[in-house]
Amino acid sequence: MIEFKHVKKFFQLPGKMFEKKYLKAVNDVSFVIEQGTTLAVVGESGCGKTTLAKLLMGLYDLTEGEVLIDGANLSSYKTVQDKKKLRSKIQMIFQDPFGSLNPAHTIKSMIGRSITLHKSGLSPSQVTEKVIELLELVGLTPAKDFMEKHPSQLSGGQRQRIVIARALAVDPSIIVADEPTSMLDVSIGIDIMNLLLELKEKKGLTMLYITHNLASARYMADHIAVMYAGNCVEYGTIDDIIGEPYHPYTVLLLGSTPEPFRKERVDIYAPEELPDLTSTKECCMFAGRCPRAMEKCMNQQPDNIHIAGRQVKCFLYEGADKEVKSLCNISMYRRENI
Amino acid sequence: MNNQNVLSVRNLSIEYKADRGQVHAVTDVSFNIRKGEFFGLAGESGCGKSTVAFSIMQLLKGAASIPKGEIVFNGKNILMFKPEELRLFRWEKTSMVLQSAMNNLNPVVTIQSQLADAILAHEKVSKAELKVRLKELVAMVNINENRLSSYPHELSGGMRQRVVIAMALALKPDLIIFDEPTTALDVVVQYNIIRKITELKVKMGFSIMFITHDLPLMLEMCDRIGIMYAGKMVEVSPVVNLLNRAAHPYTRGLLKSFPSLLGEKVRLEGIPGSVPDLITPPDGCLFYERCSEKREECRRRLPEFKEIGEHWFCACHNTKPKGAMAHDRV
Repeated sequence: MIEFKHVKKFFQLPGKMFEKKYLKAVNDVSFVIEQGTTLAVVGESGCGKTTLAKLLMGLYDLTEGEVLIDGANLSSYKTVQDKKKLRSKIQMIFQDPFGSLNPAHTIKSMIGRSITLHKSGLSPSQVTEKVIELLELVGLTPAKDFMEKHPSQLSGGQRQRIVIARALAVDPSIIVADEPTSMLDVSIGIDIMNLLLELKEKKGLTMLYITHNLASARYMADHIAVMYAGNCVEYGTIDDIIGEPYHPYTVLLLGSTPEPFRKERVDIYAPEELPDLTSTKECCMFAGRCPRAMEKCMNQQPDNIHIAGRQVKCFLYEGADKEVKSLCNISMYRRENI
Repeated sequence: MNNQNVLSVRNLSIEYKADRGQVHAVTDVSFNIRKGEFFGLAGESGCGKSTVAFSIMQLLKGAASIPKGEIVFNGKNILMFKPEELRLFRWEKTSMVLQSAMNNLNPVVTIQSQLADAILAHEKVSKAELKVRLKELVAMVNINENRLSSYPHELSGGMRQRVVIAMALALKPDLIIFDEPTTALDVVVQYNIIRKITELKVKMGFSIMFITHDLPLMLEMCDRIGIMYAGKMVEVSPVVNLLNRAAHPYTRGLLKSFPSLLGEKVRLEGIPGSVPDLITPPDGCLFYERCSEKREECRRRLPEFKEIGEHWFCACHNTKPKGAMAHDRV
């Protein structure tokens, strides 16, 4: 189980000597990923979704808050040995299969190295055996044909399978996948998604799946966290949130996603201005674009509110009944209403 | 929309020279774009969709050659144009918005003079008139006129993309080619841009050729879509048919590869296999190896690209020509 508790990550920006400026990449994010489930993190570019992944991987230090992995605090993994232990628990699949494999190494040596780094005392033949097993697991058969190949001899889909095999080489219980299909053709991308679903089932993996596409989030995940400007604005089960979004931003995101089978089409005007992540002002980051913004939203940061089986960061639901229906729908973005 | 064709591509083939031999990037492609039509060209990377677009603007260079076919624009074959005719055709008759075009703006020149450049290259206009036209142009794409003196870096990605669209509109062309115009943008911004394009199309009456691999997006806004595979056009069809009864197995496979926001969650299947080598393409149907409905005939004989319904074409042995047995198509 992974728990994010009020996680913040600020990056210091270059500025004057006594005037420290920060970029608030992740600002007060809380959620839980249960064992064996997948959480999709969805949002536009710059919303902090990749920063979140890197925080979980231990690649950045937290500014505030804590991350618990199976009850153990992430910041307690300090020494090189600790970090290694962490890596054997969590592995990451990157977006770009063309950039995340060393072009000079063979497939066998790349996957084999992950194995030997984390498991000592294996004989070369045992390592080879394990590599074959992994290649078969990710659907690269006959595995022997791939062993001596270099990444340049493989297609994008095959490379992404290698990346997945390499991640699984250390028997991790958690996989962080950062837009693993966005660089691939759709017919190939869907195979990679299916592979991840299968592996999750087979190995009981816990997954953090980052995407900007709501439809693929729905396909992959059990829960979803919608990010906006460093904030997790809505978090809950995927069916709840896609079925009835509560936060004005989730509503906008869902309404702008192309869906040819949608019955009702609303002509909306979607305000575009991006929030200033360096602003020191306390406010709801979405207030500038929100048709329902109140005075409060401009001067105060909303807290997480737990209603209707989800967590929403919006003043509209403050003090609302636990079973309240969504107060927002796409027609509030209709052009005549703005 | 009337039935007059703005653009008609006939049996177009394009080859690139490579070390191993000629790459048959586009083979025998035919399609029409009608006046006021929103035409989409879809397909996966390497299928030749951008090559087709570039050939229309005559932007193919060096290694590319066009051994066969014609591109007829308002009754004239573009491929036969002399340099001056071509200069007048480009931008004035057909303009193009490229993928991540927002990064193609010159960073050291103001928006205003970049827009003016396009106009002045084709028309003689007075300073006062130019000023009015520039203001009109940016207003059309919802950009405040005081932004005219801005430099590209002062605008957001979506705004810059709209500047490029304004540039494409500057000379009121008959056809605008959009090559993945929203791929680098967020969905909310994408929504606005697409809506703006559709709105302007209705107002100004130009035709659109829209290239993307994002099929759901295309299905939402196009009138008709052409699906390319391995350099061949496999199906050209009105959107309604694609939603319910696409004719070509590849089209169906592609449609099944997109997860949906609605309906029951079903396990989707990709298309197994990979695209054939385009230097030595196989005889018969290029989709043969990956097709789930293949027959012996498909391996031996290339299927003909035939009309199977109103404005509906398909290259598959399993479809019947128009009028044959209409109820057979499911």
